[in-house]
Amino acid sequence: MTLAYQKLKSFDLQQGVIYIGFLAIFLFFALTLHDDGFLTSRNLTNIVLQTAPATIMAIGLVFALSAGEIDLSFGSVVAVSALSAAVVMQHFPMPVGILAGLGAGLAIGAFNGALVAYGRLPSFLVTLATMGLFAGIARTMTDLRSIPVLNENFTGLFGSGKLLSVPSLVIWTAIAVGIGHIVYRNTRLGAHVLAVGDNARAAQVSGIKVARVRLYVLTLCGGCAGLAGLLYAGRLQAAKYTLGESDLMTVIAAVIVGGTALNGGKGSVIGALLGSLLMGMLNNGLILMGLDVSDQMIVRGLIILLAVAVSLRDTSR
Amino acid sequence: MTGSTPVLSLANIHKAFDGVIAIEDFSLDLYPGEIVALVGDNGAGKSTLIKMISGVYSPTSGTVRLEGDEVSFADASSARSRGIEVVYQDLALADQQPVYMNMFLGRELTKPPFGLLDKERMRQETQALVDELDVRIPSASSTIRDLSGGQRQGIAIARATHWASKLILLDEPTAALGVAETARVEELVARLRARNLAILIISHSLDQVFRLSDRICVLRRGQQIGIRKTVETNKNEIVSMITGVHAPA
Repeated sequence: MTLAYQKLKSFDLQQGVIYIGFLAIFLFFALTLHDDGFLTSRNLTNIVLQTAPATIMAIGLVFALSAGEIDLSFGSVVAVSALSAAVVMQHFPMPVGILAGLGAGLAIGAFNGALVAYGRLPSFLVTLATMGLFAGIARTMTDLRSIPVLNENFTGLFGSGKLLSVPSLVIWTAIAVGIGHIVYRNTRLGAHVLAVGDNARAAQVSGIKVARVRLYVLTLCGGCAGLAGLLYAGRLQAAKYTLGESDLMTVIAAVIVGGTALNGGKGSVIGALLGSLLMGMLNNGLILMGLDVSDQMIVRGLIILLAVAVSLRDTSR
Repeated sequence: MTGSTPVLSLANIHKAFDGVIAIEDFSLDLYPGEIVALVGDNGAGKSTLIKMISGVYSPTSGTVRLEGDEVSFADASSARSRGIEVVYQDLALADQQPVYMNMFLGRELTKPPFGLLDKERMRQETQALVDELDVRIPSASSTIRDLSGGQRQGIAIARATHWASKLILLDEPTAALGVAETARVEELVARLRARNLAILIISHSLDQVFRLSDRICVLRRGQQIGIRKTVETNKNEIVSMITGVHAPA
């Protein structure tokens, strides 16, 4: 009984709300949209496929927020990396294209990270600026043109392909979440990320290289956005400057709802996965309900507001 | 104490910041198993001295010897690697992390083959340490922010004890605590004597200084006024040394 009580006491609303919210919304759609095909395996798989890029960006953001930083630029990075891969693959083999896409993401992330870690600038402002900067660069890269991605190995690997009948986007999601979760929870790097976000001075006097941790998390955000860009390009078989444009709110909401603290020191990669799936489910359910785009935006905004309010409620005690 | 080598030996330490003298000709030997209190008014140079011992500042001149070897610490990490730990006034704890992760902050234990964190061992070692030092917390997995001020102070001191092989510097360890908690922390500090560590404590409470210390070292405006054995002096003498005003006899 005391154990049960302790468990109850230690139940963390901020971390736990995602499980309840996820189940509640799933059940709601399962019941109300049963006849509209919400529960079909095809529809459910579709949700996972559509959320794959957002989930991977969310993992990067969990690390950044946990370290007390934020990345607002990842949406623009998605476009730059997808376009880089697409343009390079017009002339070079696939591996070079992949390297170009991931490299662009990592390079932009490292640029953000260096300005924050060694330029001692706030990440909010740095990435707000680079969000605009790289959105502009994405537009000029191909003069607003969409670049087709015709390499079938590429579109298979990052889009429509399957391995043992498991879609490649599901595999990418599983790999990213698995690695992200282990690094976050079970490595010294993960521990240092949390320590820096929790109390940077304590981390510093404990010998943790605070600046390096900040560089790493923002570089990771860039790398995740780079991979997300490849997934978009693979699934849509084209790259365009608009890719990733609308992901900022979705990804931040997914991460916060998933139990990651906005002010650092606490978070969850699994929570971010569920948060991302929740956003995808909302999207999907509201479309099946027949809401038009403006109603969808309103309902989604309200639900996110509610979820964020619940998950952030007790942080300021 | 005569006969044993001092753990830490400071000789003729000077420290100046841009020509402004902060510490002038300071000398002190610390022996294993003794508690020395460093007292003085605000601005007397106590913190500067602590920072020189812990490697944050280096002295302008003078020598620092650790068990007889002359040392010069490049930074706080190098002092720490030589067995000198500091308990900072703000405790330097990560509030949202469990006790055991704080105990191993920056020095986390890993296990083969993948170098993942060995949380179980960190938790067990932490539990053994807090039990041994009688720091009463619900468990080694408790989150710091669920603990009281005294418990947090206990954790910070236990952490220093775990890692220090030679010397612990305590900066105002009970400034933020109530009466009962202060007593518990003082008991804890007193018990560290038995571990053969040297302890240098900064405190504004003379009552505490007299309860805990073996010797008292007084600083005033960067000058070393004197060192007294605690049993051979009294508060009046120490107060007049701190203030420079002689108490009426």
